[in-house]
Amino acid sequence: MSDRVARVIPCLDVTEGRVVKGVNFVGLRDAGDPVELAKRYDDQGADELVFLDITASSDNRSTTVEMVERVAEQVFLPFTVGGGIRSLDDARRMLRAGADKVSVNTAAVERPALISEIADIFGTQCVVCAVDARQTDSGTFEVFLHGGRTPTGIDAIEWAIEAVKMGAGELLVTSMDRDGTREGFDHDLNLAISSRVGVPVIASGGVGTLQHLVDGVLEGNVDAVLAASIFHFGEHTISDAKDAMASKGIRVRPAQSSD
Amino acid sequence: MSYDDDGRPGQFVTVAVIDYGIGNLHSAHKALRLMGANAVLTDTHEVIKNASAVVLPGVGNFGACMTALRDRGLDDVVHHVVASGRPFLGICVGMQMLFESSEEAPGIDGLGLMKGSVAYLSSDVRRPQMQWNEVVVTQDDAVLSRNGESQWMYFVHSLVAQPTHEEHIAATVSYGGDVTAACRRDNVLAVQFHPEKSGRTGLEMLGRWLSIEGVV
Repeated sequence: MSDRVARVIPCLDVTEGRVVKGVNFVGLRDAGDPVELAKRYDDQGADELVFLDITASSDNRSTTVEMVERVAEQVFLPFTVGGGIRSLDDARRMLRAGADKVSVNTAAVERPALISEIADIFGTQCVVCAVDARQTDSGTFEVFLHGGRTPTGIDAIEWAIEAVKMGAGELLVTSMDRDGTREGFDHDLNLAISSRVGVPVIASGGVGTLQHLVDGVLEGNVDAVLAASIFHFGEHTISDAKDAMASKGIRVRPAQSSD
Repeated sequence: MSYDDDGRPGQFVTVAVIDYGIGNLHSAHKALRLMGANAVLTDTHEVIKNASAVVLPGVGNFGACMTALRDRGLDDVVHHVVASGRPFLGICVGMQMLFESSEEAPGIDGLGLMKGSVAYLSSDVRRPQMQWNEVVVTQDDAVLSRNGESQWMYFVHSLVAQPTHEEHIAATVSYGGDVTAACRRDNVLAVQFHPEKSGRTGLEMLGRWLSIEGVV
């Protein structure tokens, strides 16, 4: 895996076309505008972007499509849209609007064929399967839905392998035990999955420091690290993250020179 | 008849981005427009044949893309444009389709504008390669390199072109060994990476292509 160039991916929660969860860049006029934020992260050297649509009802999803169109118009970075992708039609709308990938979660757990339906038409490279997991008392990992509230009884490692067989080109693995704790990634979960699949794995959930990003790659053997709050609140820039990773021998794309 | 975004008819088109109905082809179109080209996304034969320069983008499956191209008669149009000597840029699967065949779709012929085939990346590395990587220019090429420096570009691919003629390889990238990142044959430039998704670096490369080819 020596040719791996680890990706740093900020995640933006959006609803009705606006970014939510207190994003606070210094000097940014409109902190809630996804295009402005995407451009800022592009300038800092973000390798990709993930937009997670947290709109509760599907009624307002057309605003998300409009947001995707605006981002695609002005931001020339790869980006993924997740949240509420329940059908091939949902995926098609996001991809046609300009998203490079869609992330599927609950609907794919309920009906795994959704993954192959999207992959067969748009290619495996545009299907990310999100795997939200918690560790059980016996030490195994179980898939949870609805933000970690709903247990499924499904083994997360087996589901990850199955999702790849169905055509997922990438996995977004979130530890629901760690999400929001700022205690770092769950390396056991990440390693269990990254060692069993041939597609890239993105680690998510629990980042509180730059060292956590380093550890994610070195200990969890993941291909990309995703974080939200450490970037949003201006604590650290993407280039800080890359400097920290590079100083520990992880290959990253250097921040673009500003000439 | 095709119209550009300002409502003018197709004869004013300077760059035709070939639309064969598969995948997200908008990014390349938007990136070219941002870099000053009067670009249109079109499947109209006459518009493509009369354009000053032509781009063949592509994502997804080689066989599906080739079939879609043939179904619209666009394979002949591509041959026509390349033979005319006008600048031609193939991107990702749009690069792979220029070759004779692909392991992804046995039995389906490519365009055959470049000798060689398309093969899966080594199984020792994660597939797809879905990351930025450093493009090492192996031939002096003012479009691919900026002041002779190598460039970081975004890749998404599980297969890669294996040109028969080494002199067609213009750049490589290290992924389970050195693999083809770009090819050049006369007026045809083909890149495995996505300049339209490679931020400012990629936009600048498209800008160099447009300006060196005299399109803008």
